[in-house]
Amino acid sequence: MEQVTNLPNKKLEETSLAEELRSPAKKLIRIEQRGRIYTLLSAWILIITLFSLLFFITSKGIMPFIHGEITLQNFFSTHWGPTSAEPGGPFFGSINFILGSLMVTLLSALISAPLGIGAAIFMTEISPKFGRKILQPAIEILVGIPSVVYGFIGLTLIVPFIRNTTGSIGFSLLAGVIVLSVMILPTIVSMSVDTIQSIPQSLREGSYALGATRWQTISRLLVRTSLPGLMTGVILGMARAFGEALAVQMVIGNSPNLPFQLMKPISTLTSVITLNMGNTVQGTPYNSVLWSMALILLLMTLFFILLIRLMTQRGKQG
Amino acid sequence: MTAKIEVHDFNLFYGKNQALHDLNFQLNEREVTAFIGPSGCGKSTFLRSINRMNDLIPNVKVRGQIKIDQQNVYDPHQDLVELRKHVGMVFQQPNPFPLSIYDNVVYGPRIHGISKKAELNEIVERTLKQANLWDEVKDRLDAPALGLSGGQQQRLVIARVLAIQPDIILMDEPASALDPISTERLEELIIQLKESYTIVIVTHNMQQAQRISDQTAFFLNGYVVEFAQTQRLFQQPTQQKTAEYIAGQFG
Ligand SMILES: Nc1ncnc2c1ncn2[C@@H]1O[C@H](COP(=O)(O)OP(=O)(O)OP(=O)(O)O)[C@@H](O)[C@H]1O
Ligand SMILES: [Mg+2]
Repeated sequence: MEQVTNLPNKKLEETSLAEELRSPAKKLIRIEQRGRIYTLLSAWILIITLFSLLFFITSKGIMPFIHGEITLQNFFSTHWGPTSAEPGGPFFGSINFILGSLMVTLLSALISAPLGIGAAIFMTEISPKFGRKILQPAIEILVGIPSVVYGFIGLTLIVPFIRNTTGSIGFSLLAGVIVLSVMILPTIVSMSVDTIQSIPQSLREGSYALGATRWQTISRLLVRTSLPGLMTGVILGMARAFGEALAVQMVIGNSPNLPFQLMKPISTLTSVITLNMGNTVQGTPYNSVLWSMALILLLMTLFFILLIRLMTQRGKQG
Repeated sequence: MTAKIEVHDFNLFYGKNQALHDLNFQLNEREVTAFIGPSGCGKSTFLRSINRMNDLIPNVKVRGQIKIDQQNVYDPHQDLVELRKHVGMVFQQPNPFPLSIYDNVVYGPRIHGISKKAELNEIVERTLKQANLWDEVKDRLDAPALGLSGGQQQRLVIARVLAIQPDIILMDEPASALDPISTERLEELIIQLKESYTIVIVTHNMQQAQRISDQTAFFLNGYVVEFAQTQRLFQQPTQQKTAEYIAGQFG
């Protein structure tokens, strides 16, 4: 009963206080509004830029098929002859480049994932001191090296090395894979280090206390519980490899071959785009097909992002 | 009563800070020994010295001996895996692995080479029943262990320890996250386990120490001030400090 009689009084007090809080000085309101307008504007500029880019690439990429300049059949074939005057030509078959991009990406991930995760485990679990003092800065430097320098090193060291040891011309799928493996290694290492370091020490102790060895703790507990994070690192690395143009183009030879022989020169989507965009005329099918390739690059990147999202979500559910 | 664990002139240092001073006592086989004392007095530190968990902390130095079955665990030839297989530990904070309930329990057995499904299933059921968790989780053994409540997690890590069938179980405040009923069950479990295990338990609860332990050690500032039969220690403490502590005058 007492509470009921008290209630109106309390409410009255609260209202006046709330009103006071809700009506601060006019100046404050203006600052508040300015801040809101500024952030809102930034957000909208970002969104508009993003969507116009997406729209631009998509429409440019689909255009040649809608206009009937290039048939899907032509595009998804292995015959590349954009200036060919043969009957049935010109030929815009891009399958070799799509496969080429996928191949260098997969192979370099296959090399870098075990290496990078292994190095990350060494840095966090086996020798943290050495890891922090030597490996961590080394990784940061590797990240900072521009891709043209990677390509240059590949051109100067790896291509001649392959040429001398195998007798092939040296420019090859293999050279591209080696350069890309080094380039994506730091991405995988730093992501893996972050993930493994975020595992609480109490879990390691729990494992050791049950009589596990260090290696058992690493392989059965740490790798298993950090798997989503490790996979995210690998996919981030793959996304980088898939989109890398310059360094790859400098060492893979740029012949439109199917990418199934390590020593043969090949092409990727990115290398074909960078090499041809300058010497094709806007509006011609030759130029338009490059946009279709760009669209495929975009779609693949979206796919990688989707994968990463899925991974991190699974990680959270733990 | 045979001595299971003998402590001789044991000292421990965290860097330059001495956390344990000249400990000397014996823990009997198939008995429960309780460690009591105010916060920060070294109970956990000593418990972690028995299975050498402190080896994981950098700059920890020890002097003296802890013998289990006459074997000094600080002998340079001591195999740590073997030691920890025999000395199970329940930590002060429940630390289930971010795996399923089932995988938590079989983690130890798998490491020690048991891989038959039927055998693992049997271990899971038996140890979860012992830890009074079976009825609550038997329908969701594949659910993540981190989804359990704090008290359930504590019982899960107890089951996880039982699954490696140690001789000695070290428990660091195992009831701190439990409700009264679970606490009572845990105490029953400890008394039951005493039949086959040697148990050391850290507790802040004096009644609990009296209910379940045979011997009690009173720690203060890194020293063991008094070590005696539990009844004796609580009814006729010989040391002034012990009397004050159990009377609730500090701590
Ligand atoms: N990793 C560590 N590094 C340095 N000092 C430590 C470390 N762990 C514990 N200490 C110190 O050692 C002393 C004993 O700590 P310990 O954790 O053994 O106390 P406790 O009796 O278990 O206390 P509580 O009842 O609060 O758990 C404390 O002074 C503490 O600060
Ligand atoms: Mg403690």
